Amino acid sequence: MWKIRPEDNRAGSYPSPTAQPASAPVVAATTPALATPPKEGPKPADAHRPDVARIGKSVSIRGELTGNEDLYLDGEMEGNISLRDHKLVIGPNGKIKANITARDVVVHGRVEGNISTSERVELKRASNLIGDLTTQRIVIEDGAFFKGAIDIKDSKAERTEVRRPMISASMVGGSNATAGPTLSANAVGQGSFLEPK
Amino acid sequence: MSSSHNFLRWFRGATPATKPVETPARGPRTTRRCVGLAEFMRDLRGSEDQKPCALDLGPTSPANITFLADRYLRVYNENILRGAMDPTIRTPRDDGTDGLDLEKFFASNLAYQDRHFDAILCWDAADYLPEELVKPVVEKLHRMLKPKGTLLAFFHTRDAGAESPYCRYHIVQPDTIELEPAAGFRLQRIFNNRHIENLFKDFSSRRFFLGRDNIREVILVR
Repeated sequence: MWKIRPEDNRAGSYPSPTAQPASAPVVAATTPALATPPKEGPKPADAHRPDVARIGKSVSIRGELTGNEDLYLDGEMEGNISLRDHKLVIGPNGKIKANITARDVVVHGRVEGNISTSERVELKRASNLIGDLTTQRIVIEDGAFFKGAIDIKDSKAERTEVRRPMISASMVGGSNATAGPTLSANAVGQGSFLEPK
Repeated sequence: MSSSHNFLRWFRGATPATKPVETPARGPRTTRRCVGLAEFMRDLRGSEDQKPCALDLGPTSPANITFLADRYLRVYNENILRGAMDPTIRTPRDDGTDGLDLEKFFASNLAYQDRHFDAILCWDAADYLPEELVKPVVEKLHRMLKPKGTLLAFFHTRDAGAESPYCRYHIVQPDTIELEPAAGFRLQRIFNNRHIENLFKDFSSRRFFLGRDNIREVILVR
């Protein structure tokens, strides 16, 4: 009669505070969203992939950086970065003052500038981003610092697809006027989820 | 505290916290119902074509960004307390103490146009801001809001020592938030209802919701 049921400790159907350690929800929620298993440590996994161009931490660049391959950037960069259909990883030593356009952007270091991606942005735990984001999906780890605006390009199909598994860490969006060049890339990645409007 | 600080406090009105509270580095999250948030969110939803602008003045919270963006809002995030702690905005005074340069502060913080936001989540930042910033920041927030725009603010009702640590707020549901104790900030003062009414006198309406955990939730409408 007086036995306390486990659900009595909960506020409605909301998660129990004791069941979730401080940073667990974010880390756990980000896991399903990652294309490759995340690796913690000073050297992100992308730094060692042979098909990724690499700019080391002692390199400083000023100007325009464009390319047609994935790039791991761990140095300093000031200007503009454009990797239309490719992935950019800012390493933990990266200090970027640039507007970035890419398919995916993963930030471990510091970025001052706007980021526009056709697919996804990931802000890792120690990352620091000051600028505006335009993307379809965003994954923010607990501990990341962000100052700016986030504009999610909307896609009803994707929103439905990922809402529950990634509730606390990612969002999805779709196409708008700025997403023109990205549709072909999305069609490959998302298959039949994209529907012409 | 300098005499000018005391004068500002007298002019604006507030009761200083009995003793500063040093918060623990981190702690388990606790969940609480938040009637103020439910009221705040009730009509706040955009569409694909029209996204209202919402500003979160707390530390970066993935949960908040997800929640707000999921309601078709354009989400802005700016940790105002972190900005207030920036040493570069401090300048030495004639009496040898450090003063806060408002021009420098507003050059790098809250640099938005007037009437830009439909909603602002202020959380309990006013309780932790340096004294010189409280009134200017509230005036700036008022200008940044659109007419009929809403602001949600929390205020501690008493200095409850270890029971009122600085917390990060994460939205779980439209009427539920998680409180995550975090380090770095001390409770600076306690506002009573009269203080709050004076501080937010430019707003057209103020609605108070008193919680059982010594937090007063206030919805302010420009």
